[in-house]
Amino acid sequence: MSKQEQHWEKTRNLLFITLAIWFVFSIGIFLFGAEMQESSIRPFGYPLTYWFTCQGSLAIFVILIFWFAGRQEKIDDEFGFTEREGDQ
Amino acid sequence: MIKGKFIDNLPKVYGIYTGGFLVFIILMAIAEQAGMSAKLIGIFFVAFTVLIYALIGWLSRTLQVDAYYVAGRQVPTVFNGMATAADWMSGASFVAMAGGIYFKGYGYMALLVGWTGGYVLVASLLAPYLRKFGCYTVPDFIGTRYGGNLARFSAVIVLTVASFTYVTAQINATGTIASVALDIPFGIAVYVGLASILMCSMLGGMRAVTWTQVAQYIVLIIAYLLPVFWISSKLGAGFFPHFMLADEVARIAELEGQFGFVKNSAADLATVPKGLAGITKAHSSVNATPWAFISLAVCMMAGTASLPHVMMRYFTTPSVRTARRSVGWSLFFIFLLYSSAPMLATLSKLSLIDPTLPTGIIGKTIAEVQAIDWYQNWNQANLMFISDFNGNGTLELNEFFMGGKAVVLATPEIAGLPYVISGLVAAGGMAAAMSTADGLVLAISNALSHDIYYKIINPKAETAKRLIVARVLLVLIGFAGATIAALEIQGILGSVIWAFDFAMSGLFFPLVLGVWWKRANAPGAVAGMLLGLISGTAYLIWVRSGGSGFLGITQLTFGIVGAAVSLVSMIVVSLITAAPDAATQKMVDDVRIPSGKTVLAQK
Repeated sequence: MSKQEQHWEKTRNLLFITLAIWFVFSIGIFLFGAEMQESSIRPFGYPLTYWFTCQGSLAIFVILIFWFAGRQEKIDDEFGFTEREGDQ
Repeated sequence: MIKGKFIDNLPKVYGIYTGGFLVFIILMAIAEQAGMSAKLIGIFFVAFTVLIYALIGWLSRTLQVDAYYVAGRQVPTVFNGMATAADWMSGASFVAMAGGIYFKGYGYMALLVGWTGGYVLVASLLAPYLRKFGCYTVPDFIGTRYGGNLARFSAVIVLTVASFTYVTAQINATGTIASVALDIPFGIAVYVGLASILMCSMLGGMRAVTWTQVAQYIVLIIAYLLPVFWISSKLGAGFFPHFMLADEVARIAELEGQFGFVKNSAADLATVPKGLAGITKAHSSVNATPWAFISLAVCMMAGTASLPHVMMRYFTTPSVRTARRSVGWSLFFIFLLYSSAPMLATLSKLSLIDPTLPTGIIGKTIAEVQAIDWYQNWNQANLMFISDFNGNGTLELNEFFMGGKAVVLATPEIAGLPYVISGLVAAGGMAAAMSTADGLVLAISNALSHDIYYKIINPKAETAKRLIVARVLLVLIGFAGATIAALEIQGILGSVIWAFDFAMSGLFFPLVLGVWWKRANAPGAVAGMLLGLISGTAYLIWVRSGGSGFLGITQLTFGIVGAAVSLVSMIVVSLITAAPDAATQKMVDDVRIPSGKTVLAQK
């Protein structure tokens, strides 16, 4: 497998992990909105589903993007595909 | 005071700007104490901020193609994040979002989740790759990746339909705010709003829009957060509302149980002015089915990843790496406002309905409420209404009606904050609507001037001519948008949601598969764009004209139909036609690695 193919395979795997986490907090948990609302887990005292829609999911997306960016930079570095000055 | 290049001094420049704006707020507060009228404060706030944006627009004027289309590709990560956040958060986000949460609760929160979750798709599927491509516009990517004028032209059609739907709503919002703050008729205010928008974008294109959007973000975020924190402290709900409103949320649920949701008769409701609504849904309970919630969120997420005015912001960063990080910063800056909207809705609702609070009006006599100053003001502005349906002389929960905008616009006054805050909020709403309108008008006129005029009609046009065409188109599109906005056909929020569905129907899969599926070819992409847009639009028209729809897909989620048709037709047509040539395959390979020259620079 060429260097580029390996790089793309790792990139694709990272994409799948990122999208899996994204799926859980944008779609998955809202399949159980009514059940979660009754849960005894109450972040800052808010009902659980309500909290996810106000803050939880939103904050997780912010963190997820920065985490994703960091991981992708590592992959690019590993294969020497990081941009250098004057590339663009 | 400032030496060296503008780009190196950005933190200093915007630091001084922010300080100056805070000083201006304090001066206005002093002027209010000294007896300046509320009307004059509002005019000062809107006029002063709009003049500053126009000044930035003039200072950023340019005669270079790179600066006009992509701000010279040198906007640093964090500043691009701020500009994107302003580009993104429209007048609807600013003025109507808290109101939507206030009235519809959980079912509406799908928009919050969708409008933030979409950025994960932007960061992981598209933005870095399109940056590597080095295009000027979104149709530029489609046209080069798939090849052929037909693909380019189809992308321009989808872009224009989606962005134009959106931009009329934004010009409408600038008109609404300008007409209230400057006290002029709406029909004229729309053109005042348009003039401000064009001043920011005409001379400097993307470069001017970028630097005004950063300035607009600073104004709008201060204007949104300051009242939320202040109201929360004033009501004794806590100095940091985001972590401290659990008791208030519980108290609202308790009051809702106590009052009950009484259904009004149709005859009673007919007496309520158009556009106002009562509280009919529980504040924090799960009041929508999983499918209703998820389908709306999915449409907004896919729409986010397909709206060209957002995507083109990531063409302005210096590198692929910064484009990726910039998406994170964009979402962070958006998060600051979005996570505050539910808090504002909670504070607003509690302060109105809790009889134990001095501001509470439910349970008071009708005559008492009618004598309150702020009630009279907002009743006159057609944003509040009470009526004694059951004739018992006391105001019940079901007898109180409010417009969605009032949550943001009126709550500071209800909570007893000085008028200077209301002036600030008007300036913030104006900034939000203007920044989005700027980005949209530019996205459309850039696509028409670059992709239609330069790439298809006259590839030999010289730089000066291209930029003149771009500016003429910008003005024409602005006027067309303002003219339609002046007709006031569709409410602000409705047309915003449609724009996402249109964009998702026609562009989501052609964009994503352009990067992630090498086998995708031109006939497939054209089929995907056109059939997606046509089927989505047909479904919308069918449901609007009384059709029953299927699978619970409504006129707000018709993008699901469009995108599904788009995906299937794109795959089928791609597979039954010839695979893309070796040069195209190589192009996709190049897009997938960050290093090296941009794909367009290699050609």
